[in-house]
Amino acid sequence: MGAGDSLTDLAAGSPTAGAAEGVRPPSAAGIAGIGSSALRLEDPPLLRGEGSFLADVNFPGQLHMRVVRSEFASGALLDVDVSEALAAEGVAAVWTGSDTEDLPFIDFRQVGYDELRPHLQPPLARGRVRYAGDPIAVVVAEDPYLAEDAAELVRVNVEPQDAVVDARSPDAAAPLTLSAEYGDVETAMSEAHRIVELSARVGRHSGVPLETRGLLAVPVPETGNLELHGIAKVPHYNCSKIAEMLDLPAGSVVGREGHVGGGFGVRGELYPEDVLVAFAALRLGRPVKWVEDRWEHFIAANHSRDQCYEVRAAVDETGVVLALEAELWHDQGAYVRTHGATVPSLSVALLPGPYLIPSYRGRGHIRLTNKTPAGTYRAPGRFESTFVRERLLDAVGSEMGLDHAEVRRRNLIPSERMPFDRGTQTLGTHVVYDSGDYRRLLERLLDHIEYEALKEELALRRSEGEMVGLGLGMFVEKSGLGPFDDVRITRSDDGSVEVFTGAASVGQGMETVIAQICAEVLGVDYQNVNVRHGQTDLIGRGMGAFASRVTVMTGVAVYLAAKRLASAGDTAEFTFTSDHMTYPYGAHAVVVRIDAGTGGVSILRYVVAYDVGRAVNPMLIEGQIVGGSAQGIGGALLEEFRYDSDGGPLVTSFMDYLMPTASEQPPVEVLISEDAPSPLNPLGLKGAGEGGTNACGAAIAAAVDDAIGQPGAVRSLPIRPETVLSLLDGGRADAASPFS
Amino acid sequence: MFEIAEASKKSPLVLRVNGSQHHVSVEPRRTLADTLRDECGLTGTHLGCEHGVCGACTVLLDGEPVRSCLMFAVQAVGADIRTVEGMAGEDGSLHPLQEAFRTHHGLQCGFCTPGFLMLSEAVLTARADIDDAELREALSSNLCRCTGYQTIIEAVRAVRDGECSA
Repeated sequence: MGAGDSLTDLAAGSPTAGAAEGVRPPSAAGIAGIGSSALRLEDPPLLRGEGSFLADVNFPGQLHMRVVRSEFASGALLDVDVSEALAAEGVAAVWTGSDTEDLPFIDFRQVGYDELRPHLQPPLARGRVRYAGDPIAVVVAEDPYLAEDAAELVRVNVEPQDAVVDARSPDAAAPLTLSAEYGDVETAMSEAHRIVELSARVGRHSGVPLETRGLLAVPVPETGNLELHGIAKVPHYNCSKIAEMLDLPAGSVVGREGHVGGGFGVRGELYPEDVLVAFAALRLGRPVKWVEDRWEHFIAANHSRDQCYEVRAAVDETGVVLALEAELWHDQGAYVRTHGATVPSLSVALLPGPYLIPSYRGRGHIRLTNKTPAGTYRAPGRFESTFVRERLLDAVGSEMGLDHAEVRRRNLIPSERMPFDRGTQTLGTHVVYDSGDYRRLLERLLDHIEYEALKEELALRRSEGEMVGLGLGMFVEKSGLGPFDDVRITRSDDGSVEVFTGAASVGQGMETVIAQICAEVLGVDYQNVNVRHGQTDLIGRGMGAFASRVTVMTGVAVYLAAKRLASAGDTAEFTFTSDHMTYPYGAHAVVVRIDAGTGGVSILRYVVAYDVGRAVNPMLIEGQIVGGSAQGIGGALLEEFRYDSDGGPLVTSFMDYLMPTASEQPPVEVLISEDAPSPLNPLGLKGAGEGGTNACGAAIAAAVDDAIGQPGAVRSLPIRPETVLSLLDGGRADAASPFS
Repeated sequence: MFEIAEASKKSPLVLRVNGSQHHVSVEPRRTLADTLRDECGLTGTHLGCEHGVCGACTVLLDGEPVRSCLMFAVQAVGADIRTVEGMAGEDGSLHPLQEAFRTHHGLQCGFCTPGFLMLSEAVLTARADIDDAELREALSSNLCRCTGYQTIIEAVRAVRDGECSA
């Protein structure tokens, strides 16, 4: 860890934030309150192999579901013959689209538009298949092996049709264009000293949690309820939606969240398979379990990213960007799922990032193709837009002869302009950066890496023939999405405390963080705070865990409920509401080395500086940032879902989807800062989940440019070895074309 | 469907897991991982890919780390099988590796953790003085999607260096 007056010292756990009203001094040792790198409460059962992941849960008499999926990306579904499958050993039921026509299509959970409604997905395909992986039938049997055997006996007759695999193809359905605009772009463009343009593309990635999806639906005769094990991320929403879809009384579908093996945006959304599991359990009156295999996960769970951009900037004679105009094409895949227009909305609204950019016009085109449907993935819309914006800042710097740190300095929003109205909207909120000292964070990062000396050292190494380079990326993140969080706290005579919340755990350590905040207020040991989450019958409503919201929204609700409890009684409740998100911000720096023989990119050094307002548990924040960076680095260098021209998926296993291993992932230096507590909540909190991922593509692309001595060469992610080799061969235009 | 019928005919076999005998009845095609989980009740061994890459299902077979998703249960008859459930002491105390994973924040969601624990145990048993580069290489056998590996490496290093004891 580097030094700095407001850096959190991980060893001592002594944050020095101070500006926000209500911020308390570091807690006493033993309580492990706010600011302590307390060990996780979650760990012991997970270490002992006593976790309760979905696949670990079993009920007597349970059946197992297997999904029959389309092998074709596009086609007319002429006939599905289930007779042989129905006669197979152990089979209880086989259903197709025609058996499930009463089931509604799966609705938007957020950012829905009527224009997108025709593209919602039915639980099982009806008359047409639209991607390789589209569910066509389900088989329910006594044993998962037998279910899989029988699934292979379902005869599917599809008449293949031409697939659309390019979001910019005229054949791609174009239901909606999102727009954002402020300032006077035309005037700025016409009066600009220079116009800088570029096109760029980000490939198709996804969160790929190590635990695949799954659900176990259990009818409970005593209560008449249907209990759902394996529910994740948004338990209350999913349970109420499944109840609505299956025409069950509200509250009769009960979520039983267990351990969740990673979320990252993709896990826990309401998918076709979830509805089918519940449907099957109801129809058969028995518990029905579905555990996805990895092949299915790769072709059926949400993909993400997959955007291409054309952007232009009006620049004055000092390198200040006066206006930005951007157009992006978002490859939504075959259907619009629960996220609606979330990802392109975030891209369009947050593209200007940490820079003043007084005029902006962004347009995001949502296009349907015959690929796996898309949703969110950690730093959704920001990994992509940061890549493009930072490529543009680098291009401005290069064209104006400015150092890449200097061009950022000249464009960053000054701290005295905070709070800063970005002039855009997303997720039902106005984008208003709540606080931040972006220049200070940049300088801290540059000091830490000894920027000027490092540049000289790398230049020297390059002159000696080594292909090494440095890249920077800056960004504003978002976190703490409202609109509300409810919390109930009870205290027992033995001093133990229970916190009931509608938030969820996806493996991020929320139990520990919530317990720490509670312990801070009540003066109890955090180990005596039991956090109950994801059980929908224990609290009336809940928003779940997404958008880096739990520490902020649930954390503040717990803080305020605990204050109530401290003043009187054994039970207290609080509802924390927020109309605006909080905006953490960060900067990445990376040094890479290129292997001239293979084109491979190795990361020699990676640094992330991130301001989270106030660090509740620095150890866990560092874990979020380092883990997030591994996903960002994977997206920058390794990971991509590719398709053939017929829409056939070329990536269906871990042999094809290359996630970083311990060999590829470098040690990451993390600088957590607390310069800018959020004024929107009494603890000054901002979320920490996505800053490690956000600028990886941007910073690594810049470092590769620098290493090969070709400014602006990298315009597409992931940066494949063959692309680097081609750039080194001088085949620059072809190799780097983002739309090839 | 002769093949399926044959493959799904159960026969009795005995597995020795964590020192205990498990009498199970499974089909020839049932994997060791599924048998450990569903027949022996040892659900600490996780399945992340079922094609031998992620390593979440790593168990020790006569001390060697193996992918239990790529083996049939019948192939493990007669072997000494160790799973994550056998790591802690009889008094319930955590194994030094388990302790180190906790103190170094070597897990987040915890799904890959049993596989990494078993892999680490095998690596350190085989090479108590393994150097940092070799250790990183060895740990790249398994996938983790949460931690970025650094804390896992630090945890195993700490045990290697005797900094963590139970």
